[in-house]
Amino acid sequence: MGNVNSPEKYKSDGSAAGGLLEWVDARFPLVSLWKEHLSEYYAPKNFNFWYFFGSLALFVLVIQIVTGIFLVMHFKPDAALNASGVPTAFASVEYIMRDVPWGWLIRYMHSTGASAFFIVVYLHMFRGLLYGSYRRPRELIWIFGLLIFLCLMGEAFFGYLLPWGQMSFWGAQVIVNLFSAIPFVGPDLSLWLRGDYVVGDATLNRFFSFHVIAMPLVLLGLVAAHIIALHEVGSNNPDGVEIKKYKDEKGIPLDGIPFHPYYTVKDIVGVVVFLIVFAAIVFFKPEGGGYFLEYNNFIPADPLKTPPHIAPVWYFTPFYSILRAVTSDFIPFLWLFLGGVGLLSVRPSKLPILVKLGYLGFVGAMFVLLGVPSVVAGWFGIKLSAFIFVGLEAKFWGVVSMGASVLVIGALPWLDQSPVKSIRYRGVLYKSALAIFVVCFFILGYLGVQPPNPARTVVSQVCTILYFSFFLLLPWYSRIDKCKPEPERVTG
Amino acid sequence: MQAGAGKGDRMKKMKKLLLTLLFVPAIAFGSDTELHLDHAPDKSGDQAALQNGAKLFVNYCLSCHSASYMRYSRLQDIGLSEAQIKDNLLFTADKVGEPMRIAMQRDDAKAWFGTAPPDLTIIARARASEFGSGPDWLYTYLRSFYRDESRPTGWNNTIFENVGMPHVLWELQGIQAKDANGKLVLATPGKLTPEQYDEAVADLVAFLTYMGEPVSEYRKHLGVMVIVFLAVLLVFAYALKRAYWKDIH
Repeated sequence: MGNVNSPEKYKSDGSAAGGLLEWVDARFPLVSLWKEHLSEYYAPKNFNFWYFFGSLALFVLVIQIVTGIFLVMHFKPDAALNASGVPTAFASVEYIMRDVPWGWLIRYMHSTGASAFFIVVYLHMFRGLLYGSYRRPRELIWIFGLLIFLCLMGEAFFGYLLPWGQMSFWGAQVIVNLFSAIPFVGPDLSLWLRGDYVVGDATLNRFFSFHVIAMPLVLLGLVAAHIIALHEVGSNNPDGVEIKKYKDEKGIPLDGIPFHPYYTVKDIVGVVVFLIVFAAIVFFKPEGGGYFLEYNNFIPADPLKTPPHIAPVWYFTPFYSILRAVTSDFIPFLWLFLGGVGLLSVRPSKLPILVKLGYLGFVGAMFVLLGVPSVVAGWFGIKLSAFIFVGLEAKFWGVVSMGASVLVIGALPWLDQSPVKSIRYRGVLYKSALAIFVVCFFILGYLGVQPPNPARTVVSQVCTILYFSFFLLLPWYSRIDKCKPEPERVTG
Repeated sequence: MQAGAGKGDRMKKMKKLLLTLLFVPAIAFGSDTELHLDHAPDKSGDQAALQNGAKLFVNYCLSCHSASYMRYSRLQDIGLSEAQIKDNLLFTADKVGEPMRIAMQRDDAKAWFGTAPPDLTIIARARASEFGSGPDWLYTYLRSFYRDESRPTGWNNTIFENVGMPHVLWELQGIQAKDANGKLVLATPGKLTPEQYDEAVADLVAFLTYMGEPVSEYRKHLGVMVIVFLAVLLVFAYALKRAYWKDIH
C-alpha cells in the first residue's frame, strides 16, 4: 500500500526508493528552480561583449563578500589611539597588510574590488543605454538596478571610512555635512548619521555596522529581485527585439538558447578575462595610480589637520562635480533650463499625458522650491520672504541636483519615446546625445578629482546642463529621431 | 547717461564672458602648481643598499619617528639574520618580534617640535602625489634642507616649507645655504661627498620604500605566476566555450 500523502508520490517512476535528488525535490523545488533560472531559461543567442558585465557584477559581489568576511576577522573599528599614537582602526589595516597570512592579498582584492565593482556596474548600465534594456516590459528590472546602484554607493561610502585615513575621515565629514543643507531636519539628520558632532568613534562603529550588515543585506535582496524580474520577462538583446515573439512548437523562443550551458561557459571566459585584468591591478598596481587607494589615506585620520584638497574616490566624482557645479550664480540658469523644459512639455505634442503631467509637476515644484514665486511676487511689491524655501543656499540645490542626477536615471523607461530600443536602429539624434552624455560624464568625473577653480566650475556647469538634457529632453529627440526599421528576429 | 554706462558695462561683461569661454578649456584642464622632484634611484632588489638604509634609519630616524607597524624580525626579508638584528639594530625593543616603537612621548614631541613626528612605516606610500612617487618626494626632501636662522630649529626645506624637523643628517651632508637665486649651495662640507650623500639617502629611501610594503617584491613575483595561470585557464575556458557553441548559428 503506497502512502498517498508521502512526498515520494511526486517521483516519476513510482518506486518508493529514490535518489537523493528525488528526496530533495519532493521537499524543495530544486530541479524546477534549476530549470527555470538556468537550464531552461532561454536567453537570446546574440549577446555580445556588453552582456558580460551582468554576470561579472555578480562575480565581484561574491569577491567582496568573501574577502570582506576575512577582513572583518582582523579589522578593529576603533578610533582610539593605540600605544604608538595611531588610531586602532588604521593600525589594524596595516596589521592585516603585514602580519595576517595573505592579509595583503585579501585587502587588495577588497579595495580593488570596490573600484572594479563600479567599473563593471557603469559598463552594465551603459549597456542598458545602448540597447534600450530599460524599455517596456523591463522597467522594474531597471528600477531595481538603480536601487542596487544607490545601495552600492552607500556601501562604498560607508566602507571608505573604515581604514580611518585622512581621506576616509574628511570625505565622510564633507558628505555627512551635505545632509545638513536639507531644510528643517538637515542638521539633526547629519548629527544622527554621525552619532556625534564630528566624525568620530561613534561614526566609525555605525558605518562598520552599515557596511558589513545593513547594506549587504539590502544589496543581496535587491540583486535577487533584479534577477527574478529579469527571468520573468526575459533578457533584451543587442537588436532590442523580443525573442518571445517567435517560438517553436514546444514554446521555446526560436532565437533563444538555454542559459546553461551556453552562457555559463561563455561567462566563464568573461570571468577569466576579468580576473586577468583584476590580478594585474591587485599584484602590480594595487593603488591604481592613487585612484583606487588614495595616497592621503596612508596618513591616519587627524581631525585637526584638514587636507588642502578633499576629493572623493573616482566613482563618485561625476556626481560630486554636479554638486559643486551648483553655485548661486548658476541657479538662474537652472531656472531657465527648467523653464525651457516646462514650456516644451505644454506645447501640443503626442507625448503621453502621464509624461506631460510628470514634467509639469516636476517643473512646477522645482520653480516653487527655487523661489520663483517670491521673485514674481516681489515685482508686485509683495514680500514672500517668509516662504519656506526662499533664500536657501546654493549648497542645498547642489545636493538636490546631485540626488536628481542619480534618480533621473530611473525615469528613463518613461522618458524614452523612440519606436526602437537598440542603438543599432536609432537615428543620429540619440547617437549624438548618448555620445555627448558619455563625454560629459567623463569630464565631470575628471573635474571631480581636481580642486575647483572658476574655469573648471564653468565647464562643470555646462556639463551638468548637458547631463540633465540627455534625460529631460529625451521624450522629444527620441520621438523625432529618424530610426531604421527593427528586424523581425535577432541578427546574430 | 546711466543707460549708456550700463551698456558699456554689459559690453565689457559680454567680452569677459566670451574670453572666459574661449580660455576655459585651457585653464580647466591645466594643472595649478608644480612641484619639481628628483627621481629616486630604484634599489628595490639591492639587499646591501636596503641593509645600509635600515642602519641609517635605526641610527638617525628611529629616535623621534616610530615605525610601529614594522616588526624588527621582518628585517630578515632584506637578508639580515635574527642575531644580526639583535646585535646591531635592536635599540628600542627587547625582542625581535616587537614593532619599531620609540620611547619619546607624543606630548613631549609636540612641545619640542610643534608637531609630533609622524610614524614612518608607510611614509613612502603616503607621500606620493601627482608630482611624483613617494620615494621621489623623500629623496628630494632629505636633500633639500638648508640653514635658516629664522626657524626655531635653524633649518628649513625647499619642498616642505617651515618644516618642524631639523636636518638630522647634516653631519653627513654638511650645511646647505640658499643663494640669492634661491638655489641651494653646499656652504660647509660634511663627512660625505655630495655623491656619497645622495647614495646614502637613496639607500635610506629604498629602505623606507621597502618598509612601506614589505610584501611588494613577492607580490609582483606571485602576480606573474597568477597571470600565467589565468592565461592558460583562458585557453581552456575559450576552447570549452567554442565546443559548446559550435551548433549555435
